[in-house]
Amino acid sequence: MAKNRTERLRPQVLIERGDVPWLIAVAAATSVPHAAHLPAWLTALAAAAMLGRLWSWQRNARLPPRWLLSIFAVVGVTAIGWQFRTLLGRDAGVALLVFFVALKPMEIHTRRDALVVVMLGYFLLLTHYFYSESIPTALWMLAAATLVTGTLLRLYGGHQPAREILGYAARLLAQAAPLMIVLFVLFPRVEGPLWGLPRDAHAGLTGLSDTMAPGSINNLIQSGEIAFRVRFVAEIPKKSSLYWRGPVLDDYDGQTWRGGLPRSAALPPDIEMRGERIDYVSTLEPHGKRWLLALDLPVSLPRDSALSPAFVAVSREPIVQRRRYALASTTAYTVNAQEARQTLQRALRLPPSVNPRTRELARSWAAELETPERISDRALALFRREDFVYTLQPPLLGANAVDEFLFSTRRGFCEHFASAYVFLMRAAGVPARVVTGYMGGEVNPVDGYLTVRQSDAHAWAEIWVAGRGWLRVDPTAAVAPSRIESGVASALPAAEPLPGLLRFDNPWLRALRYRWEAAGNAWNQWVLGYNPDRQYELLTRLGLEEPDWRKMTAWLAGLTAIVLLVLSFGMLRPRRAELPEQLAWRQFCQRLARLGVVRAEWEGPQAFAQRVSHERPELGPLTHEAAKNFAAIRYGAGGPDELKRLRACCRRLPSRWRKTN
Amino acid sequence: MAALASIRAAECGYNREGAGQSAGLAGHYRPNAFMTTTAAPNLSASAIESLIAAANRVILGKDTQIRLALACLLARGHLLIEDLPGVGKTTLAHTLARLLGLEFSRVQFTSDMLPADIIGVSIFDRERSSFRFLPGPLFAQVLLADEINRATPKTQSALLEAMEERQVTAEGETRALPEPFFVIATQNPSGQIGTFPLPESQLDRFLLRIELGYPDRNAERALLESGGRKEKLPALAACFEPDQLVMLQREAAAVHTSPALLDYVQALTEATRGHPAFVHGLSPRAALGVLAVARAWAFIHGRKMVLPEDVQAILPSVACHRLRLINSASHARPEDIVKLIKTTPLP
Repeated sequence: MAKNRTERLRPQVLIERGDVPWLIAVAAATSVPHAAHLPAWLTALAAAAMLGRLWSWQRNARLPPRWLLSIFAVVGVTAIGWQFRTLLGRDAGVALLVFFVALKPMEIHTRRDALVVVMLGYFLLLTHYFYSESIPTALWMLAAATLVTGTLLRLYGGHQPAREILGYAARLLAQAAPLMIVLFVLFPRVEGPLWGLPRDAHAGLTGLSDTMAPGSINNLIQSGEIAFRVRFVAEIPKKSSLYWRGPVLDDYDGQTWRGGLPRSAALPPDIEMRGERIDYVSTLEPHGKRWLLALDLPVSLPRDSALSPAFVAVSREPIVQRRRYALASTTAYTVNAQEARQTLQRALRLPPSVNPRTRELARSWAAELETPERISDRALALFRREDFVYTLQPPLLGANAVDEFLFSTRRGFCEHFASAYVFLMRAAGVPARVVTGYMGGEVNPVDGYLTVRQSDAHAWAEIWVAGRGWLRVDPTAAVAPSRIESGVASALPAAEPLPGLLRFDNPWLRALRYRWEAAGNAWNQWVLGYNPDRQYELLTRLGLEEPDWRKMTAWLAGLTAIVLLVLSFGMLRPRRAELPEQLAWRQFCQRLARLGVVRAEWEGPQAFAQRVSHERPELGPLTHEAAKNFAAIRYGAGGPDELKRLRACCRRLPSRWRKTN
Repeated sequence: MAALASIRAAECGYNREGAGQSAGLAGHYRPNAFMTTTAAPNLSASAIESLIAAANRVILGKDTQIRLALACLLARGHLLIEDLPGVGKTTLAHTLARLLGLEFSRVQFTSDMLPADIIGVSIFDRERSSFRFLPGPLFAQVLLADEINRATPKTQSALLEAMEERQVTAEGETRALPEPFFVIATQNPSGQIGTFPLPESQLDRFLLRIELGYPDRNAERALLESGGRKEKLPALAACFEPDQLVMLQREAAAVHTSPALLDYVQALTEATRGHPAFVHGLSPRAALGVLAVARAWAFIHGRKMVLPEDVQAILPSVACHRLRLINSASHARPEDIVKLIKTTPLP
């Protein structure tokens, strides 16, 4: 029975010994970038498996028996399941794939086994996009795809040297590029990823949070990552007015500030513009929350977003993908001169019985001074006059955090100052709240974009004055004016550790960084950020009016049909295959043409050689020899020997770069 | 005209090249030559070379035409020389016949000539009391038909029939012509007074038509210095043994033509058909003629295979008199053929 069955199947094609390193290379190339986020033990295991296979290949050693591999596989899968607590999802799935692709070369005997490795390799390549969409990733994937394709060529009988195989694979990929570009441009886009990423795909995004405790912002500030990039339509406003409004926090429990104003109780934002309208386009890196970061204060919002009662631009969906949107703001405004009572009450609420000294101080100010503005000035004067220090390394604070900060430690970061200020104001009966967001940014001279990083994170305050609305007050500016004027790095004492990116200021490196970031930005804008809006914009500019998916599909189908027609016409046209001697002679003539002697199409070999010796005597003898051999094969009874000599002539011909004399 | 000059120049250079390489190629392509006749190839090569050299000593500066005429003979075809009186048509024909060691006769065509004047007549022999056939000048190995277009069509066609059939039927009896049989006809340009231009079908019987043209400056000076050529003719010794010519013709016919070359000949033939400049294209017979002359041309140059260059070199002489131009009622000029060659890529 068994025999019959095997007979019915096609005979198995065994792989050659020379294929094995190719397959190991595929496994390595497609799984190496994953080492950055896989558990260390799995990386080590995969590396050991590949090295072991390479060793056994070199020694011609026996492969491990199947039962041993089975045990190994079961143990590995169990360990992965235990590590991730699941076998589903992005991380566990990728870990399983890497484990299998590393293990599979251990049991390769037939071409079918080898194909499993190749297909796994192609699949693993795609998974890199779960983690990174940057240019280096794309370049690595291109190289790896060439390698995998080359391996496929090799498996089906490419015995040429590796360079030739890889060159051919690269040519195949290059031929696919036009199709790729057409599909990229014209394939109808849908908002968001087509098939939805696994749920854990967006873990570990950095950005502001909707709470603020001492230390939360100076953790963020250690990161040199880009938060968003802005391109202003007109010129960039002056640096001290670049407050990027993030979550507004108005609920304090003695340690932590929280946001969350009930929407129902609030009045709709009422903004009176007193300055110019500033238009800009912002590209926001994903941060997993809903707020968009708008320049204080936004007056026009992108679609699918709204202004919250605390004037924060909020998107309908969490930002889990890089998003590009157009906004308009104004830096001089009056907002909500009338405010709902509930909002004001919230802005006055304090946790009971904490910070008694601060309350007492505030009450004395309130009794002494009439207007909220004066009270605020007194508080800022306090920060300015006393020996407050702006530092990234504040001491830990206890239960009466504001008391300790104001009266004993006096060392803090922006969140300490904002928190203490708002506490003082509330205690003095002035409605106040904390605003978090980003301050400033860095202009990239290469492409003119303003880059705002996590290290630009900031916290400031707002107070409400009847008739004047909400006023922005930045207590940090009172302590460390240079934070506002030039940035974190210049405001901190020189001895403090900072992320290398902020501290290190070599002009050459800085220029390099600008270039690299501009390239990354262009990539983000045009490749990754090619969303339905951009597609619409581009196609309209190309003259396609009102492009919808039907039109795009029609164009796509039309273009495909034209390409196929042209291709099939080219293939169906009767064309005699070129014989090897014709190919060699054509190559010889092409090289001669590069050296400046072009053979006319009607010119016979001997006549051409004659002309070459006349025009370029130094090439004459070689051309005569080539012509003689070509003529002998094509018009006489010449054979393989002449072909060999003809090819030798072709090789001996000096190339363009080594021009004779 | 410049194009023609350049192709002629290339041709001449190429001839030298071919001659220089002949020994090497011959050695290569006949690895088992001793199986046939050991000495024959070299013998024929040297015989041809010495014949051409001798002819060049008589007719100055006309190497290409001499070689073409020889190629025509080796391809067993008839030759038509068309040019003005006095440029050496007759001398060329005479020289060739002498050098080949062939029996030679000459007929001066006139408008009152009758077919019997060239074929021969039967007269009554009183002694035997029967008719006896007196063969005319046609019964020679080389017939020089001078100014063939002065004769009436009737006489022309009698000659041309003999050329095609290589036999003559007179008074009910068929008589074979000698072997080899080779007609060299000369013709004045058809614009001259008192000519009967040969019709297309009869022109087609001539394998090759060549024009001699004026001698170049040096050649003419040499001619003027040494006097006329006629008196040198009797002193010419034959270069060939009696049977050698037939053997050479057989060898020339055996020169290899590869499929690629046949493709090329077909491509050229097809290019003449439907060409806007010509009334009609080359016939299959003309294509066969091209191949035969190209073989002989390659053979003269010591090669055992035909190259496209051979076809290009002989094509004007084979094709011109068979192609009529559409708008000038005259025959194609060599420049037209060169243009045709230059627009037909090698397959």
